[in-house]
Amino acid sequence: MNSAEEKRTAQALAREIRTICAAAGRPMQFMEVCGTHTMAIHASGLKSLLPGNLRLVSGPGCPVCVTEKGFIDEAILIGRKYDASLVTFGDLVRVPGSFGSLTTFRAEGGRVTVVYSPMDAITRALQESPRPTVFLGVGFETTIPTVAATLQAAGLRGVDNLFVLPAFKTIHRPLQILAAKDDLHGFLLPGHVSAIIGAGSYEYLVQDFNKPGAVAGFDPLDILVALRDLSRMAAEGRPEILNDYRRVVRNDGNPVARAIMDEVFEPADAVWRGLGVIPGSGLALRGTFTRFDARKHLPVEVPVAKDDPRCLCAAILTGSTTPDKCGLFGKECTPEDPVGPCMVSSEGTCAAYHKYGVA
Amino acid sequence: MAKQSRILLGHGGGGKMTGRLIRDLILPKLDRGLLGSLPDSVVLSGLGDSIAYTTDSFVVSPIFFPGGDIGSLSVHGTANDLACSGARPLFISLGLILEEGFSLEALETILASTARAADNAGIQIVTGDTKVVPKGSADGIFINTSGIGRVETPVRPSFACIQPGDEILVTGPVGNHGIAVMLSRAEFSFDFRIESDSASVWPMVERLLQLGSSLRFLRDPTRGGLAATLNEIAASSGTGILVEETAIPVDSAVFAASEMLGIDPLQAANEGKIVIVVEKGRGQEALELIKALPLAKDAALIGTVTHENASKVIIKTKIGGSRMLAEPSGELLPRIC
Repeated sequence: MNSAEEKRTAQALAREIRTICAAAGRPMQFMEVCGTHTMAIHASGLKSLLPGNLRLVSGPGCPVCVTEKGFIDEAILIGRKYDASLVTFGDLVRVPGSFGSLTTFRAEGGRVTVVYSPMDAITRALQESPRPTVFLGVGFETTIPTVAATLQAAGLRGVDNLFVLPAFKTIHRPLQILAAKDDLHGFLLPGHVSAIIGAGSYEYLVQDFNKPGAVAGFDPLDILVALRDLSRMAAEGRPEILNDYRRVVRNDGNPVARAIMDEVFEPADAVWRGLGVIPGSGLALRGTFTRFDARKHLPVEVPVAKDDPRCLCAAILTGSTTPDKCGLFGKECTPEDPVGPCMVSSEGTCAAYHKYGVA
Repeated sequence: MAKQSRILLGHGGGGKMTGRLIRDLILPKLDRGLLGSLPDSVVLSGLGDSIAYTTDSFVVSPIFFPGGDIGSLSVHGTANDLACSGARPLFISLGLILEEGFSLEALETILASTARAADNAGIQIVTGDTKVVPKGSADGIFINTSGIGRVETPVRPSFACIQPGDEILVTGPVGNHGIAVMLSRAEFSFDFRIESDSASVWPMVERLLQLGSSLRFLRDPTRGGLAATLNEIAASSGTGILVEETAIPVDSAVFAASEMLGIDPLQAANEGKIVIVVEKGRGQEALELIKALPLAKDAALIGTVTHENASKVIIKTKIGGSRMLAEPSGELLPRIC
């Protein structure tokens, strides 16, 4: 599709959405669950095409954003106490902890390496051997299978100085909590996560909560198609789960990836910024894989972390408010000097608003 | 929260953090009048010819990258700061800081490429310095160059010349240097065959000077890329800027790689491009002046200066939406030049 066709298609879809919303005659609010969608929506200027009575709010699908401050503290304390080498995805390095971020820890001489694939953690561990090397395990179902495969490979290769500090999260439990909110009328469901868990796994949204969902890709047109479908289903009161990203997502997802995940991890309770402890929403290492558990083998005393009470990350992550309503936004809290993680992550809602302007 | 007490990598990123370091720490101590306007190069008076003078340091990692190396880059970087002040680059100095143990063969290759870049740009290397530091005190090789150029225009393009209605051009596809350097780092194993655009921009500037006072402003969009330069123009001139996403040239390989790296090509560095602002109605003529040069064959008109949205850059997206084009901040791509 050339750019003129893309623009025409986008405008046509936007018109359809405006017609549906005008006919509905009441305001509708959808949540884009995934941070990558939040970014794509802002980057494409998509909100400027939507009618006034259709609101999009961001959800908890930004792995860095939902990670508690105490996790950063724990990582830095492990780095200090055991002279450990910390290996992480880039997004995490500027998230402020109680006593600095991984960036300031590195400036003070701490060992922090940014990697783009969990497999690079093995390379790093071999270079650092015998120094303990700790991979900071943040992410959703998209990332978790590759971490699981990394640990399987590390096990086979006998890499004994590699550890994982787990803060993994799975999406269904928090989504069930959010689906109960009366002011959310539908869900733009994540593309990548759904490629693993399958479009068919969201049926509870319809059966238990009577709300529609649409799995979407990340092109602006993918998102517009899904928003049109959501608007129509919500307006007509006929909820379904639609898979609008069939070129990538299957109804049953990727069973092989899930099997690898299940072999290495088991469900555990997890703490979510903004949502608190959600039973069974995280993952812990299973059986023999507990030998990689940094929390078990490199223990540290982590003081209770306090968030800045003025930071609205928690409310933003549950779609209860938007970044522009936060007193810190763009003033005390900027991407260079962030207060909360939503301003740091490349998938964070505050970062999206800051980078692309308030729609 | 506690303010930073140490230099972070982001302070060298060319974005807001760099700006704050310069404004809050460096200028108050050192500015005696000329430094404060932060020109790419300063025009000196009282020396006979009108002389432009500039300096730049190069710490790029890796030292060799597709399309260039630290040597050619150290010539182009300094030459281009002069060119964007309307000055023909003539002389540069070359300061080498070498780490103990650095390969002589690599040094020879770098010097050959430095010489080639200077010869091709009509620049003479006229003075220099060499220091060696113990292993671990530097990363292989760092280079500082300073340059002198002769100002060849009676009118001096500057922020103050920019008016609403003016047209904005860029001389070719953006982001190639930043993305090429990122990809050539050891941690990436992608092969996109992207080359740095490192080149002297003077031949384009020389032609553009024919526009006289219709040539409002020139800047090479290095660190922070097109986004940083457009924001600088908007902020410093107090006007708004409107650009069309589909009009901005981006190579398809750069686009694909930038998607994968999560880096906006509009925020990635260039080392052989210029952003040009010309008087309303003269954009097409400016385009024709430079398009004959191979360096600018993909030059394009990308937007206009506006009354509305003062000090902001608005981008019309390819789906017809609009949003702000923000200035990149902090540690986007450390050590790309």
